[in-house]
Amino acid sequence: MSAREAILTRVRAATAGTRAPPAAEMIPRAAGTLTEDPLARFRRLAEASGSTLDEAASAAVPGCVAAYLKDAGLTHAAVVWPALAALPWTAAGIAAEARAPQTTDAIGITGAFCGIAETGTLLLLSAGDSPGATSLVPETHIALLPRERIVRDFEAAFARVHAERGALPRALAFISGPSRTADIEQTIVIGAHGPKRVHIILVG
Amino acid sequence: MEVTSHRFRAAAAESLANTQLQRALARIPERFVAARARAAAEFGEFEQLRAAGAAIRERTLARLDVLLERFEAEAVRRGARVHWAVDAAEANRIVLDIARGHGVRRIVKSKSMVTEECALNDALETAGLEVLETDLGEYILQLARERPSHIIAPVIHKNREEVTELFSARHRRPRSTDIAALCQEAREILRPQFFAADMGITGANFLVAETGSVALFTNEGNGRLVTTLPRVHVAVAGIEKVVETLGELAALARLLPRSATGQAISNYFTLLTGVRGATESDGPEAFHIVLLDNGRSRLLGSELHPILRCIRCGACLNHCPVYQTVGGHAYGWVYPGPMGAVWTPALVGLERARELPEAATFCGQCQVACPVMIPLPDLLRRLRTRATAERLRPARERLALNLWGCAARHPRLYALLTALAARMLYRLGHRRGWVRRLPLAAGWTATRDFPAGEGRTAREVLRRERSG
Repeated sequence: MSAREAILTRVRAATAGTRAPPAAEMIPRAAGTLTEDPLARFRRLAEASGSTLDEAASAAVPGCVAAYLKDAGLTHAAVVWPALAALPWTAAGIAAEARAPQTTDAIGITGAFCGIAETGTLLLLSAGDSPGATSLVPETHIALLPRERIVRDFEAAFARVHAERGALPRALAFISGPSRTADIEQTIVIGAHGPKRVHIILVG
Repeated sequence: MEVTSHRFRAAAAESLANTQLQRALARIPERFVAARARAAAEFGEFEQLRAAGAAIRERTLARLDVLLERFEAEAVRRGARVHWAVDAAEANRIVLDIARGHGVRRIVKSKSMVTEECALNDALETAGLEVLETDLGEYILQLARERPSHIIAPVIHKNREEVTELFSARHRRPRSTDIAALCQEAREILRPQFFAADMGITGANFLVAETGSVALFTNEGNGRLVTTLPRVHVAVAGIEKVVETLGELAALARLLPRSATGQAISNYFTLLTGVRGATESDGPEAFHIVLLDNGRSRLLGSELHPILRCIRCGACLNHCPVYQTVGGHAYGWVYPGPMGAVWTPALVGLERARELPEAATFCGQCQVACPVMIPLPDLLRRLRTRATAERLRPARERLALNLWGCAARHPRLYALLTALAARMLYRLGHRRGWVRRLPLAAGWTATRDFPAGEGRTAREVLRRERSG
């Protein structure tokens, strides 16, 4: 008998006759998730998780990114999602390259599928023109999030993925602030293996 | 992995005498217990969420066969390969075969307790593969050749000076004892390894049956790197980790980080389904999922069944006065604390871990903190009962329990014996009010005094009051 059959046979024998308890009627959400203004909550909790936020009209996005990079004293050379390659980066003084990031790339600019107000979380979907590495390899991750794409909770985010994409993309990355570790003496250090800075620009 | 749970008592005594370890463990109440309490309070209806979590996990277990088959079908439909392993040796063989089949030489790993359970690294290294742990804590342990002492804070037992020693011996860089500098050093050393690796290995926090997805919760970002850059990804998961729907996953996503670290959500919550698409520039070309039984199916419907709800958050460790005092290594295998005191005998056999169910005060804090309401004290009590029934306890203890049981079944005899004992205690200690050394129980009084009482049992006092 294969391992599969051996395991499933044992599981079947053990679960035969057991009745599954009913599905939970209502899953509680974090306090305020269903009542607070989603945009205000998103801003509050994204900042609490260590991200910084700014806002810009659609046409002003490259300038807004350039201003952030200048203020933070960061390089103006960035890798961007191919999906964002057409924005007028050069005019704003940003040397943007639409390619997979290497470990020497300091700035990664991405879009975001949606924002989740419940926890101030970004959701990024993998695709050919939106590679996951761009939000992961560079030390600074700049995410452009259309402000009308903020949903209340995880359930709403999954529903939106289903409605707009059908099947799940290969990778859903829910990102809440810069990477961190507390492994040494339970002391939190920002910037472990992923980005050290996450800067969200609310667009529109 | 070698099981040394039989020497729990000796190991616990060593832990108590280890002042460095005691200093490290003293951080648990603030960093974990208080953080969880704050997160639960901020959430609001956290008790209702725990109840929902428990119901979701029980619902899964009641239909585990159906959900595993559905998970397999969906994962395969999306291009993943699903493998089944009856035990750890088979899981290791499968992973090794996958590595060989893809011509893999270098492997990067994200933290995974189930691969600790399998001692997967040893198996891969013995076969000549390069395996690198990339979670900071696990990397430190790999350098130190130690095992984790906590399921989510693996290196909680070490201080920064020890990390400095390990890093300076290995990295040949300027020494630093600054924690941020140590983290940066590990980042710089490990970064090229993610790009150089052929294969990434992770565990799975959850498997989602309706989509065939693997869910991972991480903070450092190494979990994402390991599943994004190498061309092969292997996820090893216990068969109990499945849930049915994304909605159920959302509920558990609210419970896990809050219970584990007091975070409302981990930095990275990743849901992985299938393989790299034709137009994608990253993501694995091959995705293998190894479903491990290793004794879990035997627990279904058994007296230990509720432990299968466990989502490995570590809250029961953090809330346990025994764990807080002796740390994780004393438990002698992969899983410490109250959940470990159930998982270890459940998976390796009670005869090899008979001391662990004794390592409990039955204060009940583990059950109160458990996000899926596992009745841990009950499970430990059942294991104690079984240990006694199977004659796994010392002869003297069995004799004492039998004598007590015999007396307890005969009320008159019990009244007589307790009356005699009350008088004896009074005679021994009435001058001080305390007995310094109890006959037949010198071990108990070696570290504390026993109250001498007033020479009468409660029954006698009550009877006198009623008749008076």
